[in-house]
Amino acid sequence: MYDFTEQQIERYSRHILLQDVGVEGQEKILNAKVLVIGAGGLGAPVSLYLAAAGVGTIGIVDADVVDLSNLQRQVIHFTNDVGKAKVESAKEKMLAINPDVKVETYHTYLDSSNALDIISNYDFIIDGTDNFPVKFLINDACVMAGKPFSHGGILRFTGQTFTHLPGTACYRCMFKEPPPPGAVPTCSQAGVLGAIAGMLGTIQAAEALKYIIGIGELLTNRLLTFDAKTMKFHTINTRKTDRCPICGTHPTIDHLIDYEQAACELKK
Amino acid sequence: MAQIKVNGEIQVVELPLNVSELIKLNNVEQPEMVSVQVNEEFVDRDEWNSIQLKENDEVDFLYFMGGGAI
Repeated sequence: MYDFTEQQIERYSRHILLQDVGVEGQEKILNAKVLVIGAGGLGAPVSLYLAAAGVGTIGIVDADVVDLSNLQRQVIHFTNDVGKAKVESAKEKMLAINPDVKVETYHTYLDSSNALDIISNYDFIIDGTDNFPVKFLINDACVMAGKPFSHGGILRFTGQTFTHLPGTACYRCMFKEPPPPGAVPTCSQAGVLGAIAGMLGTIQAAEALKYIIGIGELLTNRLLTFDAKTMKFHTINTRKTDRCPICGTHPTIDHLIDYEQAACELKK
Repeated sequence: MAQIKVNGEIQVVELPLNVSELIKLNNVEQPEMVSVQVNEEFVDRDEWNSIQLKENDEVDFLYFMGGGAI
């Protein structure tokens, strides 16, 4: 049994008051380990809410430093953080919100050499990355390791997310392989409304907390998409595909793949 | 004329119509960025020309969305 201090009872009172959470649910949150991959548009709200909720251990993976152009949507980084490693900038804010949590930083790119090792320490993984090679890598690593994860993607005014648990539809069930690099609109062409990152990231954080507490229905076998221009939300039912190259009946992928990354740099 | 559902919305189309033709009808800008489900079964890209749609079919277009960190 977790020994709550009076301060903790007060800090988490609005969780504890929820019938579905209570002291037991908060205890599960405090004992949970969640890995956030990408400390950017999605990783920012996810990390802030998970830290505020008291998730005991939060890992955060990102190789980049804060750039001025990030601040329009990556709300965990402040103006005076420009030039600082994103994982360090994120860790400072998370600990400032809640000194109860332990933040593990991984100032590195996730690739086939470290992915399985890093995710092995966590109960739930958040994909908050910006590119398809890593999205496929996270999917494959989580399917191989039997780890649940939340997928998230945003573009212009739209977002999409689903949650994978072992045995439910994975990213490759829906999208077999990454699009050809040339087909992807470059970030500078595409752009994104900053608030969309918050809309999608908070859905991912809620899914992680639901999974940890064990309540409700997760976004499994469903792809949630929304368009902020019309504020229409749409759910597409999906299912595990027998022909899926990683989780199907005759998988053809037996090792992690580092796909070629499409160039996605703003020309300065 | 036949009714089919595309991403949850009813469309009236003329048959015969295959998946590739439906993609064109919907002015999908970058077909290489789309994954297609017919009646909740994913169909491979190389089947788009051969799969003929029927009345009341439900088709979903799923788009690649990459952004997040950058």
